[in-house]
Amino acid sequence: MTGVSRTVPSLSGVASRSGQPPASLDAPVKIGVDRLNFYYGDKRALDGISIQIRSNLVTAFIGPSGCGKSTFLRTLNRMNDIIPATRVEGTVLIDRQSIYDSGVDVVQLRRKVGMVFQKSNPFPKSIFENIAYGLRINGLTKSKAELADRVEESLRQAAIWEEVKDRLHDSALALSGGQQQRLCIARALAIRPEILLMDEPASALDPIATQRIEELIYELKKTYTIVIVTHNMQQAARVSDFTAFFWLGRLVEFDRTDKIFTAPAEKLTEDYVTGRCG
Amino acid sequence: MRKQADLLFQLVSLATLVIALGALGALVWDLLSDGASRLSWQFLTNIASRNADEAGVYHALMGSIWVIALTGLLALPTGVAAAIYLEEYGTRSRVARFIELNIANLAAVPSIIYGLLGLGLFVRLMGMGQSVLAGAATLALLALPVVILSTREALRTVPSSIREGSYALGATKWQTIWNQVLPMALPGVLTGLILALSRAIGETAPLITIGALTYIPFAPDSVWSKFTVLPIQVFNWVSRPQAEFKTNAAAGILVLLALLLSMNAVAIVVRDRYQRQGRA
Repeated sequence: MTGVSRTVPSLSGVASRSGQPPASLDAPVKIGVDRLNFYYGDKRALDGISIQIRSNLVTAFIGPSGCGKSTFLRTLNRMNDIIPATRVEGTVLIDRQSIYDSGVDVVQLRRKVGMVFQKSNPFPKSIFENIAYGLRINGLTKSKAELADRVEESLRQAAIWEEVKDRLHDSALALSGGQQQRLCIARALAIRPEILLMDEPASALDPIATQRIEELIYELKKTYTIVIVTHNMQQAARVSDFTAFFWLGRLVEFDRTDKIFTAPAEKLTEDYVTGRCG
Repeated sequence: MRKQADLLFQLVSLATLVIALGALGALVWDLLSDGASRLSWQFLTNIASRNADEAGVYHALMGSIWVIALTGLLALPTGVAAAIYLEEYGTRSRVARFIELNIANLAAVPSIIYGLLGLGLFVRLMGMGQSVLAGAATLALLALPVVILSTREALRTVPSSIREGSYALGATKWQTIWNQVLPMALPGVLTGLILALSRAIGETAPLITIGALTYIPFAPDSVWSKFTVLPIQVFNWVSRPQAEFKTNAAAGILVLLALLLSMNAVAIVVRDRYQRQGRA
């Protein structure tokens, strides 16, 4: 494991990137992961991942395809549980609570840790029902009026309300790709999670739709702790406060985003972010 | 050379298709020429009679409708529930795999075996007698393997992204299945159900076995009524020596065919409606 950074990144010299106010990079730790291994059958997909993700900041995971970044993201809300023959070792703490303890209610965990997927996956129902679903199954609203309010609030948060307010009862599948993805974000926000996991949320979208998602992420981090997997390094540089670089199932380097992109400690990171490998 | 082989294969495929469809066409033509003249409103509303000219299918038609409706009501929930268990909950247990294998085998069991089971279990042991309920329960057993297999197939076609989307919102497994997976699988489930019922509605052997082959002077008015069904009525007429009854038999088969086709038509309409809802 020589040369693999496991420590919390240094917090000296708070970043003040152009156009953005300096984020408070010493925010409290929201997700703490210690020596996490993950297996698909016998194949080890994640190898000794330790990382501390801070509250109300955006953390980006970058790395080549198959490096384990999506797998790692999915361990944070136990989404991998539904894949047969997988196994987890190590600890994941969210708000200092271990999420892999036997007594943990996965349903409660996923209410707290929302997720947006790479390919937008609206349910084949109306726009309204897509948002209302999470509220209904979790019994979060008491009246029809409250339900409608929460749906509107979520759609506004995801910056899609103006586009859909006149056709809430049309099928969600009639929306464009970018709108569908924002609908899925609204759906995740409706149940008011604390953490939002985003698995390449803009990879299937055109540049304009991508820009809207990125603006949205910037807006949402005021309220949520966001972890985003991305293939697009410019995107990571634009939206994130911290960046983690994964390579072959290992966490190679984790630091402030500006540091990763301008002065990485590892040769491998430098080669990757400058496009010389990966 | 390769092109010729290609052409030859095309011709052979076409020929087999023509033979298969031709045989079916000839059968329907034969039935129509024999029985069409006998078809009338009276034929549908008259009851069985010793006199061929006055005999009708009313009791048998009502019996068939009662039995098949009840068969569907029994087979659908049990079949879907079994499929959900096998596909969503029990896929990895050894018992589930054993059951799975045997369901495929059950689909191939001769229907008279189901008749014997129905006679022993429903008619005698459970004391249902020779009732619509006993007949429907027997046919439901017959239909179950097909319903289970096609439901599992339909459940498998629901994309995992939909399940994941539901789980990610804090849905339990059951909420995910009931609210997302099952509605999307419904068209496939209905197709399977109709296939199974289409087979069941033409079944004669198991119903004869449980004792439906008797003269019934009334249409069923409850699930406890005695009954007869169209195929049995046809069988009855065919076994008469008089030529007039043969005409009745052909007409009876036409009524059965019409019932079958209208069932399929309803199924297709329902399925298309659900599919359109899903895509829109």
